[in-house]
Amino acid sequence: MAEKMIVSSSPHIKSGITTRKIMLDVIIALIPAAIASVILFGPKALLLIAVSVASCVLSEYISRKVMKRENTIDDLSAVVTGLLLAFNVPVGVSPFIVLFGGVVAIVVVKQMFGGIGQNFVNPALTARIILMSSFPSEMSTWNKPFYYMQTTADAITTASPLGILKEGTNGTMPTLLNMFVGVRAGCLGETCAVALILGGIYLVCRKIISPMIPMCYIGTVAVLSLISGRNVAFDILAGGLLLGAIFMATDYATSPITFKGKIVYAVGAGIITMLIRIFGQLPEGVSFSIILMNIMVPHIERLTRPRAFGKERVVNEG
Amino acid sequence: MEFSSKHRGADVPHRKSTAQMESSILPPPGQVILPMQQHAGAPCKPLVKIGDEVLVGQKIADSDAFIGAPIHASISGKVSAIKKLMLPGGQYSEAVVIDSDGEMKVSPEVQPPVIKSPEDLVKAARESGLVGLGGAGFPTHVKLNVPKDKKLDTLIINAAECEPYITADNREVLENTQSIFDGISVVRHMLKIDRVILAIEDNKPNGIQKLKELADSEKNAEGSVHILTLPSRYPQGAEKVLVKACTDREIPMGKLPADVGCLVMNVTSVAFLADYIKTGMPLIKKRVTIDGSAIQKPQNVIVPIGTKIGDVIQFCGGYRAEPKKLLMGGPMMGLSLPDDSFPILKQNNGILAFDEREARMNKPTSCIRCGRCVNGCPMRLIPTQLERYSNAKDIEKLQEYDVMDCIECGCCAFNCPANRPLVQAIRLGKALVKAGGKH
Repeated sequence: MAEKMIVSSSPHIKSGITTRKIMLDVIIALIPAAIASVILFGPKALLLIAVSVASCVLSEYISRKVMKRENTIDDLSAVVTGLLLAFNVPVGVSPFIVLFGGVVAIVVVKQMFGGIGQNFVNPALTARIILMSSFPSEMSTWNKPFYYMQTTADAITTASPLGILKEGTNGTMPTLLNMFVGVRAGCLGETCAVALILGGIYLVCRKIISPMIPMCYIGTVAVLSLISGRNVAFDILAGGLLLGAIFMATDYATSPITFKGKIVYAVGAGIITMLIRIFGQLPEGVSFSIILMNIMVPHIERLTRPRAFGKERVVNEG
Repeated sequence: MEFSSKHRGADVPHRKSTAQMESSILPPPGQVILPMQQHAGAPCKPLVKIGDEVLVGQKIADSDAFIGAPIHASISGKVSAIKKLMLPGGQYSEAVVIDSDGEMKVSPEVQPPVIKSPEDLVKAARESGLVGLGGAGFPTHVKLNVPKDKKLDTLIINAAECEPYITADNREVLENTQSIFDGISVVRHMLKIDRVILAIEDNKPNGIQKLKELADSEKNAEGSVHILTLPSRYPQGAEKVLVKACTDREIPMGKLPADVGCLVMNVTSVAFLADYIKTGMPLIKKRVTIDGSAIQKPQNVIVPIGTKIGDVIQFCGGYRAEPKKLLMGGPMMGLSLPDDSFPILKQNNGILAFDEREARMNKPTSCIRCGRCVNGCPMRLIPTQLERYSNAKDIEKLQEYDVMDCIECGCCAFNCPANRPLVQAIRLGKALVKAGGKH
């Protein structure tokens, strides 16, 4: 033996899972919703997705370079943020708004707090809220699905289902079937329930996310909707609930790592969502409820630590 | 509701390719090196000096401490040196070097013991030099010397062998089955233990079959041996995890199996005890699994304790590729060695040599808080937090988060997508607490 051996701490084998593989699975899970958005809202949807992903990846690359830190774009997490950000804007917005959103998400929310795993709120959602405050009219103008194929001179914009419910104004409510397949006004990636659920099932099967967060979140919304006499199926399918519950609330960095913590967090997000939907000025509450619960995560984790093995328990004499 | 222990742990690969192969016997080597620390507890002091002639089975080192076990010559020959040797853990120990005379003459000290009382059993276990052969190396006589205030009702024989690659216990089950039952019989009779559970993972079907056949024919007045098949899920063989799986009892923090009425013995240890009672030959040889991508002919080899690892690997056809990592023990908990001149120790059950590809490790990246370390921890700790507190040298937080309860099984680091050195950090954290913490 000429050369020295590697001496390192155990374990000496690894499962083979990497951050990159996890992010790749999330991207795969987002593809059905991306395809649905292009079908529903036309080539402009594809443009916005491309601009958003490019903006996030470039922001990540440049900010790491400026901070003289290791380049991390190959972990693919910026691509995920880019997709989610695009999914959270209406098709009518200018690509420059999305470009700006990508910079906010990556530079301000993610990298300034230390990069992947260190941000305390979800980058895409925070960017969405900043865009909503900065460009309120663009961010709440909803094009009808398939508007791009429209040949008549009818208006191409409409109200979102939750908007119709909140304002009580004219506008026809889409049928539940249409809401399930995504034929309704809304942000790019939030409308097609079936595509989002498919993605969610994929992530659970691949053990990327625990089903506890989406189930508790959606379950809480359903129960509160039932109690307050609203249409339960409508509340689940409308707005960004499925996108939020499956893809945003399950973000590793900003959700609890403890099992009980995930339940507390998801139930909390469900309660806040319904409080905003019922009592708030805004028609939709998913973004704010997730961000609010993001901030609570350190406290939730502290209060939901699992009981360590053999700690404070009377020995079972069985 | 929380994850039950059966969902915790890690899906490690099995890689037990040597399980079907008969063990080979290594011809006596030209030299053996016997470190004075081959067990948990106080090191031994040599009873021989340079130039002394020693015989096979002759006691060559012992310790006055209660937690300790004597060491015996594994070959006959002349003591050629007593030197300092760095152990894989980094600490130094004296070591007696014996040059073989090629004759393997057996010492007249080798006489079968007479066991009439529990005290005789404890004494015999001590004189045999037996330590826990599963890897921990805890002197067996200490376990068998049950304090008066502790009542044992269950004897658990650990044949789980959950580490990848290692099949030494599996081969013991197949090749020395009768001795396992003889050993169980002595221990249960002397310590008056009613219930015996032999726990084995379900990836060893031929071992399970053989044990069940013998368990059926061995039923007698003392009661039967319950062969318990456990799912193959690492770390099933870890003492605390095993006791929980067999009896649903949780060993309290900082306590021992005896505190919940259990005695846990490794399957090879209990078989050795029976063989010692029959022949009086102390612990001088050991079956080790030689495997890994850099080994020409992986197999189990029965070797005299103190044989240089390099000699055993030569016997297995040498290296098929440049070895980049050499492990003493399994890949999950084994220690890596700087070279192959180190000797086989009593509690060794495997030597693995990895080629460059298998030894390669990816660089650590940032924790993404995925929670895989938390979900996998059999002790229900939060490894990612422990790593952070260890790096910050925050002794108070390390204690608050129960760092001392970590069993270093490696599930957290195995599952970590960011390749965080979690076990290494936790070990450092434990050392910090020991050095400066209050208990």
